[in-house]
Amino acid sequence: MKLSRQLVKNIIEGAVFASPMPLGLEEIAVLFDDDEKLSRKELQSLIKELQTEYALRALELVEVASGYRFQVRAQFSPWISKMWPEKPPRLSRALLETLAIIAYRQPVTRAEIEAIRGVVVSTQIIKALFDRDWIVVVGHREVPGRPALLATTRLFLDSFSLKSLSELPPLAAIRDLESISREMENTTVEQQKI
Amino acid sequence: MSVSVIPESVLPIDAVNDENFARVYGEILTKLPEDLYIPPDALAVFLDDFEGPLDLLLYLIRKQNLDILNIPVAEITRQYITYIELMQVLNIDLAAEYLLMAALLAEIKSRLLLPKPAVSSDEEEDPRAELIRRLQEYERFKKAAEDIAELPQEGRDVFEAHAEPPVRDLLPSQPFFGDFALLLDAMRDVMKRTALQQSHVIGREGLSLEQRLQEIIVRLRLGETIIFHDLFPASEGRLGVVVTFMAILELLKQKMIELLQDNFFAPIYVRQYLEVAE
Repeated sequence: MKLSRQLVKNIIEGAVFASPMPLGLEEIAVLFDDDEKLSRKELQSLIKELQTEYALRALELVEVASGYRFQVRAQFSPWISKMWPEKPPRLSRALLETLAIIAYRQPVTRAEIEAIRGVVVSTQIIKALFDRDWIVVVGHREVPGRPALLATTRLFLDSFSLKSLSELPPLAAIRDLESISREMENTTVEQQKI
Repeated sequence: MSVSVIPESVLPIDAVNDENFARVYGEILTKLPEDLYIPPDALAVFLDDFEGPLDLLLYLIRKQNLDILNIPVAEITRQYITYIELMQVLNIDLAAEYLLMAALLAEIKSRLLLPKPAVSSDEEEDPRAELIRRLQEYERFKKAAEDIAELPQEGRDVFEAHAEPPVRDLLPSQPFFGDFALLLDAMRDVMKRTALQQSHVIGREGLSLEQRLQEIIVRLRLGETIIFHDLFPASEGRLGVVVTFMAILELLKQKMIELLQDNFFAPIYVRQYLEVAE
């Protein structure tokens, strides 16, 4: 028995809402019996339709690393966030820089993070990242001391609305010294104009 | 050394805590005379804004419009040393980190000053290259961190939406029917499997407070009086002492026993509690 497109869409919508975690395509697929089976393609196209139907609503159906989730659109956060008297703690620059290095350079050791940042990475920062489940130890480098190799988790991607690491904002290219000096000259010229 | 003796030219010229504001403000301040007066308490705020030596170096380079390729190492070194002194005054742990950075700068400077052997001069790398490379590398990740902070964050910018799933039937609608023998078989299987998985735990012999309470009561029941020290078997070690002592305290509290002592430093006797009314 083939289910109507509308019914399937409603089931997907209900399932994503009911799931406490983002729901993956595979997890959606198993909700349907053998005779109701839908291909990945079909499911994806229905999800796309569902996303379009939400265009005018405050909610949106988005895909993050662990799957699909409904969320209140970012544009409403100025109002929605007032429901919680306490703002979520602002992420410190040190924490964000540490996180960025782990995200782009994973797996990395603490010493490697320190080499880039030029300062000791505080234990609190590493602990805070572990507490948020944004990073995990994925192994140990086979050098004296066997330092832990750190990498980001799927939850990190979910928390920053990313599907995969490839969606991270591109890292600025290393520029050669000539281009830097050219740029420096340009800025000097501009400043002189001012 | 007090804050007031620091040469004014190296006083931090930025007293604003807010990072973004400071940067804007910085542009203006570069054109102001260097003998600008800054109250001493502004120093602490200023230091809060800086996370580390590379940070500070970047800041100085930008602030003073220093050509990154032509870093006047001596000037920066001098300023660094002043900062180190400041930090020692302010007891900041980072002093060591800054010292390392200053040492690196001094090394670069001295390498520049030393006459280069004519032959190898072509091959020798510009000593500033390593510093510039590190600054750039750090700048990339500084930018990346800012980019990550801009991403829509769950709980800050976007909020996950959920709905209650339909109420599930917690109890099966039909009672369970089955072969009891099969159920027993299944049970036996489970037991067998657990037996296989049993791990060996080397446990210490338990010393339970309950048990010790009982032992003491039994010993005292016949109206016997015992010397306090004799209640502690030496063989049980530290743990035995603790458990016995706790048992004695507990029995005292429950008015099951009482302690007697004739004099200071005289032996303490333990005996069953005697009702005063008797």
